[in-house]
Order: sequence, then C-alpha cells, then structure tokens
Amino acid sequence: MKTGSRLEKVLEKGQFAVTSECGPPRGADPDVIREKGALLKGVVDAANITDCQTSVVRMSSLASCLILKEMGFDPILQMVTRDRNRIAIQSDILGAAALGINNILCLSGDHQRFGDHPQAKNVYDIDSIQLIMTVKKMRDEGRFLNDDELTKPPKLFIGAAANPFADPVEIRALRLAKKAAAGAQFIQTQCIFNLERFGQWMREVVDRGLHEKVAILAGVTPLKSVGMGKYMKNLVPGMDVPDQVIERLKGVPKEKQSEEGIKFCIETIEQVREMEGVRGVHIMAIEWEEKVREIAEGAGLLPRPKV
Amino acid sequence: MHLMKAFEEGMDGVYVAGCLEGECHFLRGNLRAKKRVGHVQGILAALGINPERLQMYNLSAAMGGRFAQIAREMTERVRALGPSPVTTGKGREFVEEEQEEKGQ
Amino acid sequence: MIVAEAKPIEEVLAMIDRYDKIILAGCKECVAVCAAGGEKEVQLLASALRTARKTAGRELEIREVTLERQCDPEYVEGIRGFAGDYQAILSIACGVGVQYMAEHYKTIPALPGLNTLFMGGSLEQGVWSERCQGCGTCILHLTGGICPVTRCAKSLFNGPCGGSAHGKCEVDKEIECGWQLIIDRLKELGEFEARYTELFPIKDWSTSRDGGQRTITREDLKQ
Repeated sequence: MKTGSRLEKVLEKGQFAVTSECGPPRGADPDVIREKGALLKGVVDAANITDCQTSVVRMSSLASCLILKEMGFDPILQMVTRDRNRIAIQSDILGAAALGINNILCLSGDHQRFGDHPQAKNVYDIDSIQLIMTVKKMRDEGRFLNDDELTKPPKLFIGAAANPFADPVEIRALRLAKKAAAGAQFIQTQCIFNLERFGQWMREVVDRGLHEKVAILAGVTPLKSVGMGKYMKNLVPGMDVPDQVIERLKGVPKEKQSEEGIKFCIETIEQVREMEGVRGVHIMAIEWEEKVREIAEGAGLLPRPKV
Repeated sequence: MHLMKAFEEGMDGVYVAGCLEGECHFLRGNLRAKKRVGHVQGILAALGINPERLQMYNLSAAMGGRFAQIAREMTERVRALGPSPVTTGKGREFVEEEQEEKGQ
Repeated sequence: MIVAEAKPIEEVLAMIDRYDKIILAGCKECVAVCAAGGEKEVQLLASALRTARKTAGRELEIREVTLERQCDPEYVEGIRGFAGDYQAILSIACGVGVQYMAEHYKTIPALPGLNTLFMGGSLEQGVWSERCQGCGTCILHLTGGICPVTRCAKSLFNGPCGGSAHGKCEVDKEIECGWQLIIDRLKELGEFEARYTELFPIKDWSTSRDGGQRTITREDLKQ
C-alpha cells in the first residue's frame, strides 16, 4: 500500500533514512514548532512530533504535525494509548489522514505517574500492538474496529517503537515480531549507548528475517554532559547507558563534554550503519534540536536524497 | 487496646516492660509488643497527645535495680509533661510537625 | 477479599465533629482479615475517638457493634432496634457496607471510616496486595494465571512495554513487571510458544466498570 510518505519512498529506494523529532511547547505558541522545524529543514526525511512524552502535557501532536506540514515537512504523528480510547483513536487517525499526515508511530506511552499530572485517570483501552492492528484495519480493510465500513480509508505509513534494552532480554526480538505481524512497517528504537547489546538484538532480528518485514531505524541521542548521561542511566526507564560512556565524558573538561557527546553520537551512527538490517537513524536531540544538522553532517548523511 | 484504654481513662503515662530482646520467654512476644507500642504512639500523636507518655522498656525479671531506675525515669518524664490533655480537656499538647512536613 | 485501610484519624474526627452520639459499626469479614474494620479495630478506634474528644474537653458516646457482614440486608437490619437513638453511623466496613447503612437508615448519615482500595489477598501477616480489578471477562487461563489488567500498570495485553527493567515496572521499583511474571509462568507451564506469539485481541471492556453499577441476577435463586 503506497502512502504519500516521503519516509516510505526513501526506504523503498534502499536509501539510508534519517528522522528526528520535535518536542512541542507547553503553551499555545505555534512559533516554537516553526523554529524547531527550521533547524531540521533539509536534514531529515520525516520528523516525529512527540505525544505528551513522559506524560507531561504539551501541545497536541496532531496540531503540531500540521504546523510542520505547512513548512514542507513529512511529519510522523506519535500517538500513545495512555490518554485516549478507541473511539478517539480512530477519530484522530481519520483526522490525521485528512490533514495529509502520512506517518503514524504507535506507542503505549509512559505511565502518568512520571508526568506532571500523576492524579489523572489513564485510559489504555488498547495497547500499542493493538493500535498498529487498528491503523492497519482502517487502512487496508477500510473498516473500523467494530467492522463497520468507513467511507474513505486513511493512508498512513505505520511505525512502532522497539526497545532492545528493556527486559526480559530474550523476548525483545519476539515482541518486534509481534509488531511486524500486527502491521508495523518501520521501527524507531530507543536510543543506543550500548552498541554490543544493540548488535546482539540486531542479529536476533535478522535471524528471524524481521529486517525484511520492517525497516529498522536506530535511535541515537547526543549526551550534553555527564549529568545528562547519569540522569538517563538512572532515571529514565528502559535505558542502558554503560559506565564506559559516562567515563568517556568525564575524561574531558566540562566545556568539552557536549562536543564529546556529539562525537560519540556520530560514531554510533557510523557503527550501526554497518550492521545488517539497520535502514536508517532516528536522531533524538532532546531540547537540543540545533545539533541535529551537525550530527547528520558529521555522519555523512547530508544532503538528503531527492525522491 | 489496653494501652489505648489506659489513656482514655486519663492515665498520664504508661510503660510496658518486656524481656531483653532475644530472651523472650514467648520467643518473639517482646518484639511484637514493641511494634504495637509504636502503633499506639502513632495514634496518640495523631490525637495530639505526646507519644512520650507511652514507653517500652526491656529488662529481665532479675534486674530489680534497673526496674527501679526505669520507674523513676518514667515518673520524672510524666511529671515534666504534666497532666494528660485527656484530663485537662484543654486541647492538643502535641503537634505532628514532622508528619506535616512529610505530607507535603 | 476486599482490602481497605483506616482513614487518618484526623479525617474521621472532622467527619464526626458535629455529633456526640454515634454508632461505630465494624464487619467480621474482609475488613477484619485486613485488620482495618473488625471487632478489635472497632474497640481501638472507639477508644481513640473518645480520648480525642476528652482532650478537647467534650464528650462522645459511641455504641460499638460488629456485624457479621454489612453487605447483606439481614445483618444490616441488626442495628434497627437502636439506630434511631444515634446521630450518625460511622462504618468501618468497606464502601459497600457504608452504602448499605445509608440505604437502610435513610435519616441517619452513614460515614466511611475506611478508604476501600482493592480486591486482593494476604502476602504475609500484615501485607495485602491487589490481584483483581473485576474486569468481568477473566482470561487468566491464557496468561498463566497472572492478570495483565491488574499486574501490568498499563493493563497491556501484548506486553511488556519498553520500561520493564530487571523484572520491575517502570512506575515503581517495588512493583514487579506483570508481563515478566506472565512470561516466566508461561515458560514454566510449557505454554510460552502457544500463548505469547499470538496477538492478543482487543479487550471488551463493556463488562468492566463505567456502565453504572453492575448487577447480576440468578433467577433460579430468587424467592
């Protein structure tokens, strides 16, 4: 099924894809998105807008995607199942497609306990894998979850997240298989600091032939400082930051740490590019979007191909 | 229940004597008693009664001297605290400041 | 059993502040087992409330009673004879009991002395843990006897999520990851291949809460 997605086209042409993300503001100012978008112009094939990441209220992903689209980007709508039931989900899927948004990333979402409104009631009517199934059913069968026919199927390129570093280790590739079976077409992984463990996961994925069913984009994040490294190591769920990485940053003077973090990020991209089955990178420069261009350039990913 | 009743009846202080830890005739009775004393101290504090009015001591039956010492200590303590607010009826004598901070 | 815990005593005192004569009603079932509302708790709470009143120079008369259950009309009727003499009923049964008191004694306020929390069981003396959320469509035979609705913080049916680490849930390191438990159990039972690789279909939540109170009727047992 061909959608209008630029990301889909780049992957189909066998090119190494580049995606990044923008975190929307905690207010109603659209210019924040425009400024972040401007930093990514010409650098990425598609850009995610996160959906109340870590359960913190931000401008909606759907609205922010439209702003990016108006700037000429191919946005990726991130949708979590934490906050909306299947009625709202199917409604938003139709809305996104109607607005010309071509990509959707299906997630369960960080639990509300992490966020700024821990007293909220969560939803989790369906989980991330069932969300993938839902988009696929609407797109390929032209039906809602209750089997009623919808009038015009939404054309969306379906993505999901994968975390090679979460436990239990032995089912992580199997879980990816489930996502592929449900209809996922591209995957963005959690950011990689432990290359050995990532390599092991990729080998398992390739053994199962999953790399041919889904396009895997390896996630990378530049570390700004030792403090950031420690925070991610200890306080962010599902993250594996080996001690050597922190030590490497500690080994340089404070003003040079961010430079070293970017260097490590570029090296990571170069290494994962060599691994079989990795078809692109997803650069997550949290609140540091201005560095994405530098990283992409340093890793030899620019200019982006014409499709 | 016995502890709570004693304060309800207007006792100014109550102390519980148990065997030395590790030497309980009933094996762990003294340890369980300690926890229950702690529980009642919590209730007293919530009611605005100084939990120091309730104490637990550990000693063996042969320690007559220690018993006398404890008796004196407890008497002094309770005397210093004055009559229980249960008898004076003048309101709380104790505010759980620590608890309030923790609650923030 | 239904597991509840005592409300902070200050909250209870505030609730009964305007009353001088109350009934304190306990229950011999679930709340007795979790040491929140049984006969012992009735005695202790009554003594504590009276003590608090004396401290403030006021009186409080409490009629202490512990019923077999507060969720059956026959037992709740047990206080009919003297209820009218009191200004309020402070119930330390679960939320069901408090409501039964309210329904049976319409002119007397029924007050909750406990916060009712969950359906669960004892892990060891003094520790009670949630196990069931009453979703109405039990699938424990498919998940090795471990409930994904209750034990997974996100109630995932195709878990675990990416936040599972060392068998613990991302929400709280003290909470075990429900899906880790399910996977381990399925392996022990030799059911892992059969159960885990399948995509779990979307749940029908209509048998769960949110539809007003659920009522079941057994025609064969009605009088």
